[in-house]
Amino acid sequence: MSRKTLRNLPLHVILVAVGAVMAVPLLYALLSGFKSTDQLSRNPVGLPTPWVTGNYTGILGSGDFWRLLGNSTLIAVATCVIVVAVSALSAFSFARFAFRGRELLFTLFTMGLMFPFAVAALPLFLLLRSMGLLDNPLGVILPQAAFGLPMTIIILRQFFRQIPGELEEAATLDGCGPLGFFWRVLLPMARPALGTVSVLAVVTSWNNFFLPLLVFTDSTWWTLPIGVQQFQGQYSADYARVFAYLVLAMIPALAFYSVAERQLVGGLTAGATKG
Amino acid sequence: MTSTFLPSADKQPGPDVDLPPPAKGTGRARARRRVLHWLTAVGFQVPALALFIVLVLLPILFALYAAFFRWGGFGMPSDYIGADNFTRLFDDPVFLGDLWRCFVLVALTLVLQLPFALALAVALNQRIRGRAVYRMLFFAPYVLSEAITGVLFSMIFAPDDGLADRILGGIGLDGLGGEWFADPSMVMATLFLVMTWKYFGFHMMLYLAGLQSIPRELTEAALIDGAGPWQRFRNVTLPLLAPTLRISVFLAVIGSIQLFDLVWVVTQGGPDHHSETMAVTMFQYGFKRYQVGYASAISVVMFGISLVFALAYQRFVLRRDLEGATTTMRGDGT
Repeated sequence: MSRKTLRNLPLHVILVAVGAVMAVPLLYALLSGFKSTDQLSRNPVGLPTPWVTGNYTGILGSGDFWRLLGNSTLIAVATCVIVVAVSALSAFSFARFAFRGRELLFTLFTMGLMFPFAVAALPLFLLLRSMGLLDNPLGVILPQAAFGLPMTIIILRQFFRQIPGELEEAATLDGCGPLGFFWRVLLPMARPALGTVSVLAVVTSWNNFFLPLLVFTDSTWWTLPIGVQQFQGQYSADYARVFAYLVLAMIPALAFYSVAERQLVGGLTAGATKG
Repeated sequence: MTSTFLPSADKQPGPDVDLPPPAKGTGRARARRRVLHWLTAVGFQVPALALFIVLVLLPILFALYAAFFRWGGFGMPSDYIGADNFTRLFDDPVFLGDLWRCFVLVALTLVLQLPFALALAVALNQRIRGRAVYRMLFFAPYVLSEAITGVLFSMIFAPDDGLADRILGGIGLDGLGGEWFADPSMVMATLFLVMTWKYFGFHMMLYLAGLQSIPRELTEAALIDGAGPWQRFRNVTLPLLAPTLRISVFLAVIGSIQLFDLVWVVTQGGPDHHSETMAVTMFQYGFKRYQVGYASAISVVMFGISLVFALAYQRFVLRRDLEGATTTMRGDGT
């Protein structure tokens, strides 16, 4: 062992220990899903013997899991499209126009960052009920988009401001109106920022629990987080099967994370480093 | 510098200005162009503003109104009772407990979780083998839903059968194991453990991004001046990391105020209210007992706490940092 490795040894020990604490719950769930519940109580920590695939195949074979997966996907994609489209227009106006009331309006949106969703949950529920949007995916999609606005607008505005004014002048000289500049020049240039805010919107929607819990009273539109909670209630004695369900519910999020790590971390840390 | 669109009538490169550019022509034409310019700019705001007003501002304002009524949630509120809901609230041991538990969570986060995240960020900011893997692993739980995390840990901390008790039993520490979420004196500590598992990686990532933006020359200069590792950290790194730390603290506090998903999935506030949070109490009254006026009062108090905290923080600590910060619509989102 080199001297450097030796000097770093305590550090490595700590990192490995923390890594184990992070990984063990996930691995434990994965392995437990391959046991029968009976096996799980006899052999909680070892490798499965034999490997039982019935828990996983049973869940994948029933339409329920796929329906929830589809619901989660549809709601996440729709939320993402709406919040990004609406925020891009707004951020464009904030970044490239000077107009009376601009600062006031921007402050209004940034204030949205400070308020917990839980504050609005109850009246929002009443509003959705009076609009007939309970048990309707729009009842989750629209509020999610609305609460996503502040962050999305702030990130996009920041990015739009960095695009040099000369480009805009050139586009204007070429006869581009504001909308043409926005559509043909700004949006294509802002692709990285759009990617970042889209990933944030998708992950946030995907993990949302409170709002679907309020809005979806029957199971037609349940999303995965609701499904997991319900499944645990339904099979509370069948530990192994719940573990299998958990693992299957985690896979899409973790897979998405491994693909979009850069955008996700970039978006979450954007601005947190500014002096 | 922000450049501005000229009123679309005259196609001429515009200077960087903060107000609509002076237009040529007669006064009336100028006024018309100005109005047109304003309408164009504001037109782009309409969709966002409509969504925001209807689904964010109106509900908050309505909660403010409904909090002054005894109201079951059907029809319009009509039984005005003044501030009774609030006086009742501050006599309610459960709600006072919510406030106390929120405070405890914030304190534990500031004293344990964030320093832990900072230490790991500093460790992973060095060239060290496997750091990309550690970074990815530590952050991974953040992308899982709080509901899924909650169910996972409710099984890991199941009394006797769960992994935690099995491991402790296996290494002869049965005494340390226990009822975890079912034990009134341990439930908050266990919840905090789970929250740390899920969220410290997020704060670590913030710190890492902050650390990487610190110019290397500065720490090197301190090294040349003979500063030891601790002095370098204390006098160079930490002050430069301050904006990041402030945002991280802000997000942690807002997160604690609105904690719901995890608690709801794992304990529903139990045993006997020992893990209840403001959001859970609000949910219980608003959606289970149909005391919507009273539940609205809880919303209003949460709103008030967030507002006072945010304003005070912005006034005294945050200044302009918040611009560009992200807050999570966090699991429950939004």
